[in-house]
Amino acid sequence: MLRLPNFHYHVPATVAEAVALKAEHGPHASYVAGGTDLYPNMKRRQQEPHHVIQISQLRELHEVRDEGGHVRVGAGLTLTAVHQHERIARDYHALAEAAESVATPLLRNMGTLGGNLCLDTRCNYYDQSYEWRKGINFCMKKDGDICWVAKSSPKCLAVSSTDTAPVAVALGAAIEVTSAKGETRRIPAGDFFRNDGIDYMKKEHDELVTSIHLPAPNGWRSSYMKLRRRGSFDFPVLGVAVFVKFANAKGAAAKDAPVEEARVVLGAVFSEPTIVHGAADALVGRPLTKESIEDAAEAAFKIAKPMDNTDYLLSYRKEMVMPFTKRALLKVM
Amino acid sequence: MSDHRVIPEPPKTVLHMKVNGVRIEEAIRPHKTLLEVLREDLLLTGTKHGCELGECGTCAVLVDGEPVLSCLVLGVACQGKSVETVEGMANGPELHPLQEAFAELGAAQCGYCTPGFLLTAKELLDRDPDPSRETMIAALAGNLCRCTGYLKIYEAIELAAARMRGVK
Ligand SMILES: Cc1cc2nc3c(=O)[nH]c(=O)nc-3n(C[C@H](O)[C@H](O)[C@H](O)COP(=O)(O)OP(=O)(O)OC[C@H]3O[C@@H](n4cnc5c(N)ncnc54)[C@H](O)[C@@H]3O)c2cc1C
Ligand code: SF4
Ligand code: FES
Ligand code: FES
Repeated sequence: MLRLPNFHYHVPATVAEAVALKAEHGPHASYVAGGTDLYPNMKRRQQEPHHVIQISQLRELHEVRDEGGHVRVGAGLTLTAVHQHERIARDYHALAEAAESVATPLLRNMGTLGGNLCLDTRCNYYDQSYEWRKGINFCMKKDGDICWVAKSSPKCLAVSSTDTAPVAVALGAAIEVTSAKGETRRIPAGDFFRNDGIDYMKKEHDELVTSIHLPAPNGWRSSYMKLRRRGSFDFPVLGVAVFVKFANAKGAAAKDAPVEEARVVLGAVFSEPTIVHGAADALVGRPLTKESIEDAAEAAFKIAKPMDNTDYLLSYRKEMVMPFTKRALLKVM
Repeated sequence: MSDHRVIPEPPKTVLHMKVNGVRIEEAIRPHKTLLEVLREDLLLTGTKHGCELGECGTCAVLVDGEPVLSCLVLGVACQGKSVETVEGMANGPELHPLQEAFAELGAAQCGYCTPGFLLTAKELLDRDPDPSRETMIAALAGNLCRCTGYLKIYEAIELAAARMRGVK
């Protein structure tokens, strides 16, 4: 059996209790929601917290609330609950698509939205058993000092592999966190992540993600495309999330209106979901056409520099940025 | 280098849960997964261990009616919950229609994936007595089978579903 190491297990009754426990035990403690990322990592000794703080029982994390147009989705909702939620499926289609594309139905019954946003970064040299990693004398992300993907790299290049994070960034969502001091703040999803495989989130360690705030739907459209080897189980090795808002137009009437605002975000290419500014430049001010989509896809292709540390050849992953960006944009046309 | 930071064994917790309708009480350590509790403490070895990392689905059980992977759920997280394993599917000597159909149509070959498929399929039929092939494929997309090629499994579920709906 591949067993978990020993740890102390805590079941706080409130958010305040949970963050206090985390502050007390510092870096030796981990929150756990569904455990579908943390427990495999603990079994392989990639993460070895002495204290595990269960948060999935916290009722506050399970609410979906309309707050004057925008929608607040609790971080504790399972991915199944997210993609099956009527309001989310209707108004935040890309989020539902991304949630439904994660892992497998069994894992989506367990895994949460908050856990997905905070998902550990991934790498072929890291997502291995303890013995395997010992065999290569470990790497910078855990127990070692060098990066096997790029030996001269001063930082870890492990890949952001969450499906919902690129969508959160594309939608311009905000991630709400609560700290042990009792402060609650909303961080724009675009500022939440950092391009560093080890220190990949800008939130403080004690900060608990409580919810994600989705902007009011007012005619914009969104979609998500994911590249992976199998249609189930596999993490994305490329994700493309797009958001397009048309000028003075709602939904179906949008066809010929110029694009007013756009975001194209790449997942699983860097250590954070990455906004392609050149794609927005190519789209804004013109109607959404085959030509503008082509230009946007080209801009995405240009900035994508995948590393050789996931499934598929990196040349193929780079090549797929063009067609996947095009398909994501065609879906909102 | 990893110091393999071993911490002293934390105390055991008394776990109360229902397994296949029977109340159980068992003192366990927090790091034990539900899979380990079922197999090692309760000696219910019908639930299989495969990858133990969420990558195969053979360990699937129902917790409060929902299919989850017992290799990634802590025993202590099931405090007060109700767990159903493959041992709970038959009614005395009478097999569940799914079990019967699996045996009849050769949907179990080596049988290692079977408990996980049976429980995942049972939950599907509980909420959708007449699922389309497409719905079925989507619901079972987290269960791997190395033997059957899946077709016989889908056919067995369709047969069981028909019988459960009273269609001959
Ligand atoms: C076989 C397999 C396939 C997978 N495929 C995919 C995939 O295709 N796409 C994908 O995106 N993921 C995939 N996953 C990863 C995982 O299942 C999902 O990302 C899931 O959403 C994680 O959520 P969780 O609640 O289980 O996280 P947990 O394991 O509970 O937590 C993950 C991390 O986030 C932290 N955390 C959790 N909740 C919070 C919170 N509210 N505030 C602060 N920190 C928090 C934890 O401390 C931990 O570090 C896969 C996993 C497996 C085992
Ligand atoms: S990118 Fe380098 S340092 Fe990071 S996990 Fe992979 S091998 Fe280790
Ligand atoms: S043993 Fe649990 S998913 Fe493989
Ligand atoms: S019957 Fe052998 S793995 Fe499915």
